[in-house]
Amino acid sequence: MTEPIIRAQAVEKFYVQPDGNRIEVIAPVDLDVEPGKIITLLGPSGCGKSTLLRILTGLSKPSSGEVLWHGRPITSQNAGVAIVFQSFALFPWLTVLDNVEAPLEARGVPALERHKRALRILDTVGLDGFESAYPKELSGGMKQRVGFARALVVEPEVLFMDEPFSALDVLTAESLRNELLELWLNKKMPTKAIFIVTHNIEEAVLLADRVIVLGRNPARVRADFPIELERPRDRKSLRFVELVDYIYKIMTQPDLALAAPSATASVTAQKPARQKYQMIPHARVGGIAGLLELLRDRGGKEDLYRLAADLILDAEDLLPIVEASVLLGFATLKEGDVEITAEGIRFAEADILTRKILFRQAALKHIVILQQIDSVLHAKTDHSIPEEFFYDILDEHFSQDEVERQFETAMNWGRYAEIFDFDRASHRLILAEPVSEPHPPTTVPVQS
Amino acid sequence: MFSSGLVLFYCVVEVGRNWLGPFTPHVEISRSLGALPVYAGYSLLRIALAYLLSLIFAVTYGYIAAYRPRAERFMIPLLDVLQSIPVLSFLPGVMLAMAALFPGRQLGVEMGAVLLIFTGQVWNMAFSFYASLKSIPREMREAATIYRFNWFQRFIQIELPFATIGLVWNSMMSVAGAWFFLMACEQFSDFRLPGLGSYLQAAADDGDTRSILLGILTMVAVIVLIDQFVWRPVIAWAEKFKMEQVESSDAPTSWALDFLQRSRGVALFRERAIHPLHERMVHYFARRNEVRAESAGENKAALWLWRIVGAAALGAIGYAVVRVVMILTGLHSSEFRQLGLGLAATFLRVNLTLVLGALWTIPVGVAIGFNPRLARIAQPLAQIAASVPATALFPVVLLVLIRLGGGLGVGSIVLLLLGTQWYILFNVIAGAIAIPTDLKEAVSVFGIRGWERWRKLILPGIFPFLVTGMVTASGGAWNASIVAEYFHFKGQTYSTVGIGSMISAATDAKNFDLLLASTIALAAVVVTTNRLVWRRLYRLAETRFKLES
Repeated sequence: MTEPIIRAQAVEKFYVQPDGNRIEVIAPVDLDVEPGKIITLLGPSGCGKSTLLRILTGLSKPSSGEVLWHGRPITSQNAGVAIVFQSFALFPWLTVLDNVEAPLEARGVPALERHKRALRILDTVGLDGFESAYPKELSGGMKQRVGFARALVVEPEVLFMDEPFSALDVLTAESLRNELLELWLNKKMPTKAIFIVTHNIEEAVLLADRVIVLGRNPARVRADFPIELERPRDRKSLRFVELVDYIYKIMTQPDLALAAPSATASVTAQKPARQKYQMIPHARVGGIAGLLELLRDRGGKEDLYRLAADLILDAEDLLPIVEASVLLGFATLKEGDVEITAEGIRFAEADILTRKILFRQAALKHIVILQQIDSVLHAKTDHSIPEEFFYDILDEHFSQDEVERQFETAMNWGRYAEIFDFDRASHRLILAEPVSEPHPPTTVPVQS
Repeated sequence: MFSSGLVLFYCVVEVGRNWLGPFTPHVEISRSLGALPVYAGYSLLRIALAYLLSLIFAVTYGYIAAYRPRAERFMIPLLDVLQSIPVLSFLPGVMLAMAALFPGRQLGVEMGAVLLIFTGQVWNMAFSFYASLKSIPREMREAATIYRFNWFQRFIQIELPFATIGLVWNSMMSVAGAWFFLMACEQFSDFRLPGLGSYLQAAADDGDTRSILLGILTMVAVIVLIDQFVWRPVIAWAEKFKMEQVESSDAPTSWALDFLQRSRGVALFRERAIHPLHERMVHYFARRNEVRAESAGENKAALWLWRIVGAAALGAIGYAVVRVVMILTGLHSSEFRQLGLGLAATFLRVNLTLVLGALWTIPVGVAIGFNPRLARIAQPLAQIAASVPATALFPVVLLVLIRLGGGLGVGSIVLLLLGTQWYILFNVIAGAIAIPTDLKEAVSVFGIRGWERWRKLILPGIFPFLVTGMVTASGGAWNASIVAEYFHFKGQTYSTVGIGSMISAATDAKNFDLLLASTIALAAVVVTTNRLVWRRLYRLAETRFKLES
């Protein structure tokens, strides 16, 4: 086997809280980046894929474990890497040419040669004629081309890309992907390996020689398999659809041990995480209602991949809504298919006020944090409690950003369900007035 | 070319002769027309020097605070306190100290004036630079790291550009404020300096209306010229540092900048001087970066230097605290009573001024803001009116007041109002303009008018702006009380009860203990009200009354 360029050995990321409690963001991960391959790293949003990318490039240090660059510990000074960023991260006050020259300036390349190399790269990515433009004059796709040029001008051995196409519209993303593939397959760049972080499953299957799927909370490798489809790849081909479907299955069934999709792909599934505090997916009530209505209209069952394609939604946007519906008992997931439950149908067909009651019942039955809030508010004589109380509970289990998101979603659901009210001025949760019940829940017609 | 060089040389010689010359306690102010440009030049020079000093300090302070977490922990709260201390309360103390440092030279008094203006303008600039550095997007920093930007390249290509817009606007504010302090310094009793401020004072002393008008005219001319030749071009140029993804349609323009950018001389200068220099710097730092990367590790010597600086700072603060306590325990109880009385009187006066200011500016500001035609005429006029520093007008206003037979009790309120009402007016106008049209239309569709319209739409809409204006006005009013409550005029001393007059009187009487005590008391009251009242209102404005788009 070929010698890996980058080797990550048991890299791990965690935050130690003042009380000594560890919040694990990335569970120990072993990962090799070998030459000659495009590797894509897939995972749900907020799972730590970008953090892992930053560890692999030497930008960020792992809490434990080690990253080696050709066998030596990696630093941002010795690594021959470049990053293409999701937000482009161009300098708006520099022209296109100056932006591309900047990394060469940092390396002390003389002015004339700098100029020559930058112009050559700009030519390669199709930007000749735009040298003296400023980034704000360019469209998103053109900006990301500048991002490519700036990365390629330093002739990196490994090119890292952090969600490079997700800030672009669908068509622009498609054409840029093809251009990247063309540069890579025709060896127009000296880069030996490309490492792409994405949440777009199709994109991963389209580009990758090898796909790594990360699980969430903490991030861990759930699957790592090669993709040996011939290029150019046909999205409509049976194999392609099978692979996409398979990845959907992995991502929607967090704790399932995996079987290989077929003989060509070998899977290394790792053991499921230990029991954790319930993590609520970040979906809005309106999104859940929309999904349930759609499912009911389509006969109650739908393939996730089809659903995503029809709605032109990324897995990143669709999965939280599906997970939330499942968590609330409004839907079930099986083999990449989502199916509406009796409760879900009742919800989908109810009027506005009844929906609130049904949502309240489901939330108090299934959502741990809302149960806790409800019981604390009832127990206190003034029926109110400062928000910090719940921050403290969440702090025990999640990283800082995740705590914010968990709290925000819990607020959104709890206020909709009229479990409590939130007073922004005093930052307190207050027990809501009892839900106005035009008809008591028992008289709501049950459908099955 | 040659003649302008000669003029420049003459100016340097003249300034040098004056500043290094012996101290002249009572500068004779000539009121001939020919002397006016010279005085304007002196005033400008002081402001320019102080600004340069502020810029260097602000960048250094902001840089250290942003990148050294341990220093940041005390540098930022300190900045907060320094920002809210009324600088003019230090005027007497600083002038005395500087005169003592350079005995017998005009330089001491000049440095005192520059130092005071500096302390008046530096803090918001430092804070702006710090805040800009802190808000550089993470991916942009990561790009710099992954592409191995060295210190110099980071500074020139990321940090400085990113901070430019904030720095420019804060510079404009600071320099506008600097005129206020400068006028006060130039008129300051024993240490009068030749300049526009003292010219106006001398003119008012003699009741010479023609000279007063000429002085004010020169003042306005200087301010308008600075605006046209410095700020407009700089703002138009800074437009390219906006962090926007799409080009905005109505970018500010400046004819002076257009002229400069088209000029061949400037292009030649950039090509011959700036580019080669930049190139050499780039290579120097790129080489150094490689060397440093090989011998990685924290620099021991630098670490020790920081420790020593920190220890010295702590020692100085400790010494100052001990001295202050010693002085304060030595004061009489009658002096304490006097302090309390003065604080109360000034407190009432300042707040009365704010109320009066708000009463007339809110209706007028809203009327202007709601009427674009009126705004086009009124706004430039108001800007010119506001640009004349209130302190420059003090002698003139006093002259009128004395002729009308009023004392400084009423007079000081007029003086305070003169300096502070503009802050409120501008903010109210801005607030009224910012109220979205659809909200206005909704209110008229629902037939809400009269007081209800004010209560539901206008007052909540302008609230955040009003608070901003009042905070600035309150700070300005406390500051101005030091010059407004106590005035030497036509050989007489006019004064009224208040902490400001106590400070000035203590300086005249060379009662340093009382001077220190009253300065500290004033600063403490201002900092406390800022924390207890304004900060809370501000937060309320930021959260509840913010119109989010």
